[in-house]
Amino acid sequence: MIPEAASEFHVAGVTHLYRKHVALDSVLLDLPSGQLVGFIGPDGVGKSTLLGLITGAKKLQTGTINVLGGSIDHPAHRRRICPAIAFMPQGLGRNLYSELSVRENLEFFSGLFGQRHDERDTRIDALLSATGLAPFEDRLMGKLSGGMKQKLGLCCALIHDPKLLVLDEPTTGVDPLSRRQFWALIDAIRCEHPKLSVLVSTAYMEEADSFDWIVAMDAGRVIFQGKPAALKGQYRDLETAYRQLRTRDAPGPAPGQASVRQIEPDPVIIARGLTRRFGDFTAVDSVDFSINRGEIFGFLGSNGCGKSTTMKMLTGLLPSSSGEALLFGKPVDARDRKMRLEIGYMSQAFSLYGELSVYQNLQLHARVFAIPDREARIAELMERFGLNAHHEALAAALPLGIKQRLSLAVAVIHRPRVLILDEPTSGVDPEARDTFWALLVELSREESVTIFVSTHFMAEAERCDRVSFMHAGRVLAEGTPAELIASEEADSLEDAFISVLETAEQPAPVVAPKVDVGTKTKATGGGIGRALTYTRRETIEVARDPVRLAFAFLGSAILMLVFCFGITLDIDELDFAVLDLSQSPESRAYVDEIGGSTYFRPTPPLNSAAEGRNRLRAGDVSMVVELPPDFGRKLRTAEPTEVLATVDGAIPFKGETVEGYVAGLHQTFLDAQARENGEHEIEIARIEPRFRYNQSFESIAAMAPAMPAILLIMLPAILTAVSVARERELGSVVNFYVTPTTRLEFLIGKQIPYIVIAFLNFLLLAAMIVFVFDVPLKGDPLPLALGVFFYVWATTSYGLLIATMTSSQVAATFATAIASVVPTIQFSGLLQPVSTLEPGAQMIGSLWPSSYFLHLNVGAFTKGLGWEALAPDILALACFGPVLTLIAALCLRAQEK
Amino acid sequence: MQRLYSIFWLGLKEVMSLRRDWVMMALLVWSFTLSPVMEATGVANSVNNASIAFADEDNSPLSRALATAFFPPEFQPVVQIEPGSGPTLMDAGEFIFVVAVPPGFEKDLRARRKPEIQVLVDATAMEQAGIGANYITNILGAEIHRFAIGIDLVAPPAVDVILRSAFNPNRDTVRFAGIVALIGQIMWLTTILTGAAMIREREHGTIEHLLAMPLTPFDIAVAKIWANAAVVLVAASLSLTFVMQGSLQIEIAGSKGLFLLGTALFLFTATALGVFLATIARSMAQFALLVMLVVLPMLMLSGGETPIEGQPDWLQVGTLLLPSRHYMAASQAIVFKGAGLETVWPEFAWMALLGAALLATSLVLFRRSVAQLS
Repeated sequence: MIPEAASEFHVAGVTHLYRKHVALDSVLLDLPSGQLVGFIGPDGVGKSTLLGLITGAKKLQTGTINVLGGSIDHPAHRRRICPAIAFMPQGLGRNLYSELSVRENLEFFSGLFGQRHDERDTRIDALLSATGLAPFEDRLMGKLSGGMKQKLGLCCALIHDPKLLVLDEPTTGVDPLSRRQFWALIDAIRCEHPKLSVLVSTAYMEEADSFDWIVAMDAGRVIFQGKPAALKGQYRDLETAYRQLRTRDAPGPAPGQASVRQIEPDPVIIARGLTRRFGDFTAVDSVDFSINRGEIFGFLGSNGCGKSTTMKMLTGLLPSSSGEALLFGKPVDARDRKMRLEIGYMSQAFSLYGELSVYQNLQLHARVFAIPDREARIAELMERFGLNAHHEALAAALPLGIKQRLSLAVAVIHRPRVLILDEPTSGVDPEARDTFWALLVELSREESVTIFVSTHFMAEAERCDRVSFMHAGRVLAEGTPAELIASEEADSLEDAFISVLETAEQPAPVVAPKVDVGTKTKATGGGIGRALTYTRRETIEVARDPVRLAFAFLGSAILMLVFCFGITLDIDELDFAVLDLSQSPESRAYVDEIGGSTYFRPTPPLNSAAEGRNRLRAGDVSMVVELPPDFGRKLRTAEPTEVLATVDGAIPFKGETVEGYVAGLHQTFLDAQARENGEHEIEIARIEPRFRYNQSFESIAAMAPAMPAILLIMLPAILTAVSVARERELGSVVNFYVTPTTRLEFLIGKQIPYIVIAFLNFLLLAAMIVFVFDVPLKGDPLPLALGVFFYVWATTSYGLLIATMTSSQVAATFATAIASVVPTIQFSGLLQPVSTLEPGAQMIGSLWPSSYFLHLNVGAFTKGLGWEALAPDILALACFGPVLTLIAALCLRAQEK
Repeated sequence: MQRLYSIFWLGLKEVMSLRRDWVMMALLVWSFTLSPVMEATGVANSVNNASIAFADEDNSPLSRALATAFFPPEFQPVVQIEPGSGPTLMDAGEFIFVVAVPPGFEKDLRARRKPEIQVLVDATAMEQAGIGANYITNILGAEIHRFAIGIDLVAPPAVDVILRSAFNPNRDTVRFAGIVALIGQIMWLTTILTGAAMIREREHGTIEHLLAMPLTPFDIAVAKIWANAAVVLVAASLSLTFVMQGSLQIEIAGSKGLFLLGTALFLFTATALGVFLATIARSMAQFALLVMLVVLPMLMLSGGETPIEGQPDWLQVGTLLLPSRHYMAASQAIVFKGAGLETVWPEFAWMALLGAALLATSLVLFRRSVAQLS
C-alpha cells in the first residue's frame, strides 16, 4: 500500500470553459483510491468533462489534478501513468472501431500497450470467455447489441491491467439485465484486483446505491461528495435526495403520476404481427399490441431493441415487412395526408432546426400544417409549454429540457389525436422530466390524446397506463406496471423486466477474467510496434470501406481518363465557312488549301457577310474566310490583294491556335502559287520547329505523364486527411489521447497504408499511361519508382498536416482539395512551365513537391532520363515527407481542448 | 395550393438556415468574389513570359537582328547560349524554346540557298509549345522577310491575309477566364449547398420529422431545390454585376437577363445533381468525396477549360449529355458573342431536358432512400 493513498486522486480549483460556457466551476475533490466512485447527475452537468480531465484526455485549463501520485498536467508524469489508466468514453462503443471484429478491436488495444502475441492471446481469451463474448469474437463491432458493445468496451479497457478504470456513462441505453450483469462483472473484477480504482459516471440514480463513494454534480459544481448513505439520509431514494440537494425546496408532490382512471377499451393504434427486416436482420419480430384512446402506452427496452423501428412503422415512415399496423381502424399509409394530420411525432434525437428561433420553429410547422388560427395557436402553446421567455432564442442554444418542451409543442401544434414519442426525455434532468410528463398527462387526460412513448427509464415506465417490455425485436410482456410486477413476483418494474429477460434468454455467468501471464511481461515493439498497430487497423478499415476504396483507386483512374481525354489541346477538324465573292480558279484554290488540311473542315459556303457573322455567333463555325471580288484577277496580274479571315476569338486559346493555322496555310498557298508561276519561292529560309520529346506533338504524350503529379497529391492527401479527421469526428481519437501512443506514432502509423495505396495508385496510372494512352516509358523505372515513393510520402504527410488544422471530414476533404490543387496548378509548372513563372512564383514552386515530381515523371516517361538526371529531383522529394510529418506532429493536439 | 404553400415555407426555412451557417456563407462569398477574380487574372492562357535561348553560330547582322525581335509580355529577354548546349538545358527545364542559327546563315540566304533555322521546342510544355512555336516561326519569318525585301531578294507578297479576332479583338483572356470561373463556381456551389442541406437534414434526423408531417419526399426535395437555386442565382447575378462587370471590367455582349435565364435553367439541373449525390452518399464525408469525383469531370469536359473540338470524337458525343457543356456553350454565346434566344434555344432545350431527367431520377432515388431509413 502506498502511504499517501488518500491523495492518489486530488482535484483542486478546476474550472473548464467551452468558449463562454462554464462546464466545470472551481471543482474541489479528494477521492479515495481502490474504491468504486460514482459521479451522478443528469446530462450537461460536467461529469464527462471532469472524467476527461482526470484521464488526461482533455487538456487542463485551470486548477490542479493529481492522479496516481503526480500532476496529470505534467507531460512526463502523464506518459508514465498512461499505461496504468483505462478510459471508456461516453457513448456505447465510441472508442471502438465498428469496422473491426471483436477480436481485432482487442488486438488493436493490446498492440498499443506493446503486449507480446502469446500474452495478448491469453489475455483476450480470458476476457472474452469471462464476458461471454467468446462466441462472437469474429463479429464486427458495429453489428453488436448495446450490451455487447459495452462489454467489449470494458474488455478493451481491461486488456492492460490498469490501476485506474474510468467509465463514462457505461450503462446508458443498455437493457436492465445487461446493466445488472455489467455491475456484477465490475464487482468480480474488483474482488480479483482489490487495488483497482474505478471512477464511473451515470445518469441512473438507482445504480448509485451500490457505489462506495458518490460525487453529485450540478451545473459544473460538486454539490455533494461522500458515502451514498450520507446523501440519501432521510429520503426515500437517491433521486429524491439529489433533487432536494439541487433545489433546496420543500419536496412537492411527485408530479406527473397519471391519475388512475378507467380507460374505455377503444383501440386507436393496433399492431398485428408487425415485422420489419433489414436484410437478414430482423429488427422487429411480429409485434402485437393495441392502444386505447387517451391511454399512455410505454415501450420499455434497450437501445437497438426495435422500439424506434416499431414507432416509425406506425407513423408510416417505414413500411413493414409483414403484419399490419392500424390507426383509427385504417392501415397506416405513408401517402395518406389526412392520417398524418392525426399524428404528432417526436423522434429520438432533438430534431428541430437549431438555427431557427423557438418562434420560427413553431411558425414553420404551423404553416406546413396549414393551421387556420396560426398566431393564436402559437401564442397558446408558448404560454402552456413555458416557452415565452425563449421566444427569440435559437433552438440550438436552449437547455435540453426546454428543447424537449419545444419539440413537444411542435409535435402537438396541429392538435393530433395520437402522439408518438421516441425516447423524448433521455438525458434530461429530473425536474425537466417531471414538467414534461405533467404536460403528457394533461394531454392524455384532458384532451384524450393517445400517447405512445418509448423510454429506457424505469421511473418513466411506471408513469404509463400500460407498459410493454421489448427486447431484441420482440415484445416479452405487456400490462399495467402493477400487473407486470405482480405476475413476475418482483419488487419493482426493473426487477420484473429482468426476470422476464432472464426467462427469455439464459444470462452469461459472471466471472472475473483470470489472466495467467504472471506479472507484466516486458513490452515489445515500443513505438514502432504501436505505429504498426495503427497501420494494421487503418488497413483493415480502409479495406472494408467500399467508398473510400473506390475513391482511392477508381477515383484516380476516372480523373486520369477525364483529364487526358478532356484537356487535350490538339484541335483539328474545325468547321469554317467561305464567302467567295471572286468565284475564280484562284479563289477556289485558296479555299481548297484550307479545306484540304486536317485542321479545317468546310461547311456550306456563305451568301453574305452577315450570314457569316451569324454562323460565328451561333458557334457553327470557328472561322469565316472572305475573298474579295477581284481576288482572281489581282492575283493573276500580281496586284496586291487581301483575304479577310475572321476567327472566333471568344475562347482565346482556340482563337490563337486557329490564327496560327491560317497564317501557315496562307504561306503554303503563296509558295504553291509562286512555284506554279515559275517565280522565286517566297520562302527564302526554312524555319523548322523540332518538337523535342514528343515528335508528333500530340498533347497526350505531354499530358498523360504530367497528370499523376496532380492526382497523386490530391487523392492521397484527401484520403489521409479524412482518416485523421474521421477519428476525431467519431471519437476514437480518445484512444490516442489516453494510451502511450505518441504523436509521431499515431500519424506515421495512420499514414503508412495510404503511402502504399498511393504507390499502387501510381502503378495503375503508369499502366494507363503506357497501355491506354500509348506513351512509352523511355527512362529508367527504378529512379522513377524511388521518386514516386518519396512523392507520395510527401503528399500523404501534407494530408496529415491539413487534417491537424480541420475539425470535420467534410472540411478536411475540401480544404485538402483546394490546398493541394491550387498550388500544384499555379506553381508546379503543370500548365505554365516553371521557367516562365515570375521569380516569386518560382520560389513557391521550388518549395512545392509537385514541381520536382512533375519534372521527374515527365523526364522519365518522355525525356528518357535516367539516374543521373533524376537524382536532384529524388533528393529534393525525399526532404518533403519527413519535414511535413514533423510539422504535422507539432501541430497535432495530444489532448482534447 | 396548400402543397405549394408548404414548399414555399420549407424553402424559406432553407434560406434562413443558410443565413446562420457562417461557414457556408463564407464559402458563398469567397466563391463569388475573390475566387473568380483570382482565376481570371491569375492564369494567362496564351504564350506568356516564355523562356527562349539563341544558339547563334552565324553571328551576322541578320542573326543578331533576329535575336532582338522577341518582346515581353510574350517572351523573356533572349539568352545567348553555347551552340550544342540547347538539348541539355532543355532537359533541365531552363528554356522552352531554343533557336539554332546555323553558321553562314545570312550568306546562304543571300545566295538563295534556303538555309534552315531550327527551333527546338519543349513539347511537354503543352499550352505554350504549340502557340509559341507558331509565334516564333512567324516572328522569325517576318524578320527574315523584311530583311529580304530590304536587299531586294524578294518582292512583297501579292496576297495578304488579314486576321480578325471576332468577339474579342484585343485577345483579352480575363473576360474568358472570368466567366468560365463564375460558371465553375456556380456549379460547385449549387451542388455542394443542395447536397449538404439534404444530408444535414438526414444526419440531424429532421428528415424523419418532416416526413411525419403532411409532406411528400417530392415536396422536401423541391423546397431544397428552389431555395438553394434562388440563393445561387442571386449570388451569381450580384457577382456578374459587381465582380465581373464592376471589378474585372468584363463587357457582356448579349443580354444579362438571358444569361441569368440560362443560369436558372442550369441551376435546376445542378440542384437536382446535388439531391442525387446526397441520396447515394451515406454520410457527409462520402458526399464530399463524391462531389469531387463528379463535379470536377463535369467542369473539365464542359468546354470551358479546353475546347470541345479537342476531345476525341466519341467523347464529343458523350459530353452532349453533360448539362454543363450546354450551359457553357450558351453562356459563351450570350456573353462573348451577344447571341440572342433565337441562337441559344437549342442549348436551353438540352438543359431543360437533361435537368428534368436528372431531377426525376433523383426524386425516385430519394423516395427509395427515405423508405430505407432505419
